[in-house]
Amino acid sequence: MKSMWQRAGAIGAAWGVSQSALADYAYNLQPPVSKVAQDVFHLHNLIMLVCVGIFIVVFGAMFYSLFKHRKSVGHKAAHFHENTTVEIIWTVIPFIILVGMAYPAAKVVIEMKDTSNPDMTVKITGYQWKWGYDYLNDGVQFYSTLATPREQIDGTAAKDAHYLLEVDQPMVVPVGKRIRLLVTGNDVIHSWWVPAFGVKQDGIPGFIRDTWFKADKIGTYRGQCAELCGKDHGFMPIVVKVVSDEDYKAWVARKKGTAQAAAADNGKTFGTAELVARGEKVYQANCAACHQANGMGLPGTFPAINGSKVATGPIADHIKVVLNGRPGTAMASFAGQLSDADIAAVVTYQRNAWDNKTGDAAQPADIAATRGGATAAAAPAAAL
Amino acid sequence: MSDAAHAHDDHGHHAHPAGIMRWLTTTNHKDIGSLYLWFSLIMLFTAGSMALLIRSELFEPGMQLMHPDFFNQLTTMHGLIMIFGVIMPAFTGFANWQVPLMIGAPDMAFPRMNNWSFWLLPVAGIMLLGSFWLPGGAVAGGWTMYPPLFIQGGVSYDLTILAVHIMGLSSIMGSINIITTILNMRAPGLTLMKMPMFVWTWLITAYLLIATMPVLAGAVTMLLTDRNFGTHFFNAAGGGDPVMFQHIFWFFGHPEVYILILPAFGIISQIIPTFARKPLFGYASMVYATASIAILSFTVWAHHMFAVGMPVAAQLFFMFSTMLIAVPTGVKVFNWVATMWKGSLTFETPMLFAIAFVCLFTIGGFSGLVLAMAPVDIQLQDTYYVVAHFHYVLVSGALFSIFAGIYFWLPKWTGHMYNETLGKVHFWLSVIGMNIVFFPMHFLGLAGMPRRIPDYALQFTEFNQIATVGAFIFGFSQLVFLYVVLKAIKGGAKASDRVWEGAEGLEWTLPSPAPYHTFETAPVVK
Repeated sequence: MKSMWQRAGAIGAAWGVSQSALADYAYNLQPPVSKVAQDVFHLHNLIMLVCVGIFIVVFGAMFYSLFKHRKSVGHKAAHFHENTTVEIIWTVIPFIILVGMAYPAAKVVIEMKDTSNPDMTVKITGYQWKWGYDYLNDGVQFYSTLATPREQIDGTAAKDAHYLLEVDQPMVVPVGKRIRLLVTGNDVIHSWWVPAFGVKQDGIPGFIRDTWFKADKIGTYRGQCAELCGKDHGFMPIVVKVVSDEDYKAWVARKKGTAQAAAADNGKTFGTAELVARGEKVYQANCAACHQANGMGLPGTFPAINGSKVATGPIADHIKVVLNGRPGTAMASFAGQLSDADIAAVVTYQRNAWDNKTGDAAQPADIAATRGGATAAAAPAAAL
Repeated sequence: MSDAAHAHDDHGHHAHPAGIMRWLTTTNHKDIGSLYLWFSLIMLFTAGSMALLIRSELFEPGMQLMHPDFFNQLTTMHGLIMIFGVIMPAFTGFANWQVPLMIGAPDMAFPRMNNWSFWLLPVAGIMLLGSFWLPGGAVAGGWTMYPPLFIQGGVSYDLTILAVHIMGLSSIMGSINIITTILNMRAPGLTLMKMPMFVWTWLITAYLLIATMPVLAGAVTMLLTDRNFGTHFFNAAGGGDPVMFQHIFWFFGHPEVYILILPAFGIISQIIPTFARKPLFGYASMVYATASIAILSFTVWAHHMFAVGMPVAAQLFFMFSTMLIAVPTGVKVFNWVATMWKGSLTFETPMLFAIAFVCLFTIGGFSGLVLAMAPVDIQLQDTYYVVAHFHYVLVSGALFSIFAGIYFWLPKWTGHMYNETLGKVHFWLSVIGMNIVFFPMHFLGLAGMPRRIPDYALQFTEFNQIATVGAFIFGFSQLVFLYVVLKAIKGGAKASDRVWEGAEGLEWTLPSPAPYHTFETAPVVK
């Protein structure tokens, strides 16, 4: 068994080399950069070899028979139709092969499931359609959305190398550290998957599942949501930057600085034009996927904002919808996702864009006032 | 034969309604069998067109033809219709035609219920397809209907739940009929262990259906009440659990996989001995293997859920039990090869499809074994590797066995031989096209392309283009099949009673075409 295991590894390594020569034609598991992914890679090679071996033996026999035992070459049919010895042999041999396969596989399962002694813990939340990252040890928190411009998807602009696999804010982790992931979902089930780490974990709303990885090599690794989560399931990639310890610390400091600047915005008062400009960006990143850039929504699925009662009626109700969402529909609560300044901006934008010429504006202070008790309600979700 | 002719006269005084009323009111197993098969064929072209739309959108990166939401509607409906509208009705059609003929029974045990179980299907089909025109379009949450995504949708989601209920009712009634017929109406002397393999596999399949369809009905009913009546079975905020749905669904879903393949095993086990001119090797072990597959199928469901995150013990249990299924499945493949061994083989179209079935189904079995290894499955779950895997088992498995069975029994049903040359053209186009579509999907999955995405990263372009070309070859070659079938119905060389030189069994003692009423006096099997 051991030698088989090693041989499979050697062939796997050879495959890895030929794969880099054929980088454009991706046809095998991505080059692993964690122990678990490495083990999975070898396990797959081993089982592939076993399957190919059995296939050749069984269908070698069948094709021999197809050529030699055909009526057109004058072969007369024999009349045997059972043989207990043969039947026992071909029940027992596959069973033994399977036991041989089960043993290394079980070892990897146990290794994958051991999430003890992490160096740091990151909580990952799937949203329709973005990822939220919450660094529990370092107090960094942000959202990560698709960065590929709409024009590339629609075919009006050339597609760049990382088409659909690029995000505005990647997850950043230090190299060689055991990172425990707490994965959950906010609305529907998502699945956080980075092939190079050998990690795929469904994010289930209301539950937290944990998994782990330790990246061996500095670099940028890309993955995608792997569980159908609605319209833009194909457009919520994952990018993980593995960096050195120092770079990681510098990144944490930078992130905290940005967070402070954003918090400061919540205390300011803005002009309407300023809010509309900021709100348009927030709208494109958070609302346009469903309600569309033109505010018309998708009839029957996602309501229009252009001309809607919410966006042209009392502003307080409008703020409440954005803060609390509409339970039982795809309209999520943005209380935990957006700052007061961003909510004020996006509400103002929606009330002044397209045909919605209400002319009124919401200020961060209005959002904070509406939150009142709502902040407390939203807090547990954000604190997880 | 005189029995059959006599039977026909006997029934002359029952005025058969003509035209549409004949088909609406028929209680004849042959009519109902044909209805099932026609329904299946129409649905095959419907859901197949959806597949071609999907493949067209995936021909190159970027969104060209449709909106992502419509893409999701297509993948969902393609899956639901292919499973519940094509493969299952086709096998039920075979059961209706063949089970009474093969066991020497005059008809099914409950002919009126038989009529009812067919005519429920078009109702469900119309509800499913009609939902494309409802506000928000058809269901887009995947054929597996996972909440909470499935809770979000519009009215078509409720309609789909209702359609699934109706199809489940139809299946349960069909199964009761098949079990009762097989257990009570066999010709004298035809003991259980003398039954043709097709009858055996359907008997076991019918039990699987009766055991699992109510489970599916329960799961979708909970979805319905969660959606409309304020329950929280699958909502964590109300004390429920979305993962519970997956456990219940796959407790149905995995036996369902065998519901879709056991009758295929039966058809293949009829065809290979016929064209090898040699009895089926290891008949008893085939029966036991089928039964063990059916029993084991209830213990493996959570291998569809390795990425959900389960305790180590559960992950290991489901991995081991899944790997264990390979043993009885292997026994079947070995038995088929041993049946061909030292036979006197000829290669008419049914045999060609049967041989392709054995080879290609085994590839699907092997990729299933790869997926059974939980750590490997974590990498491959929800990728194109899984799409490749289940299309190898369902297209080159279930669908090819259906083609094989149609070519095999069509002369008995119509009284005419089909055009052998065109049959072979259909075979080669299908087998080549099928492999061009689905083989590259293994590579796509390994390289990391998730399934159910309408647009993809650039490194997946080449294999997707190859797959799309293959899909059009495979799809359009089914028009050849349609032509061959229609031509054989209209005319062609007269088929003999036995049709095939190596054919054994009661159905081949009847004239071709089989008269409207057969075996009114039971034959005696020695």
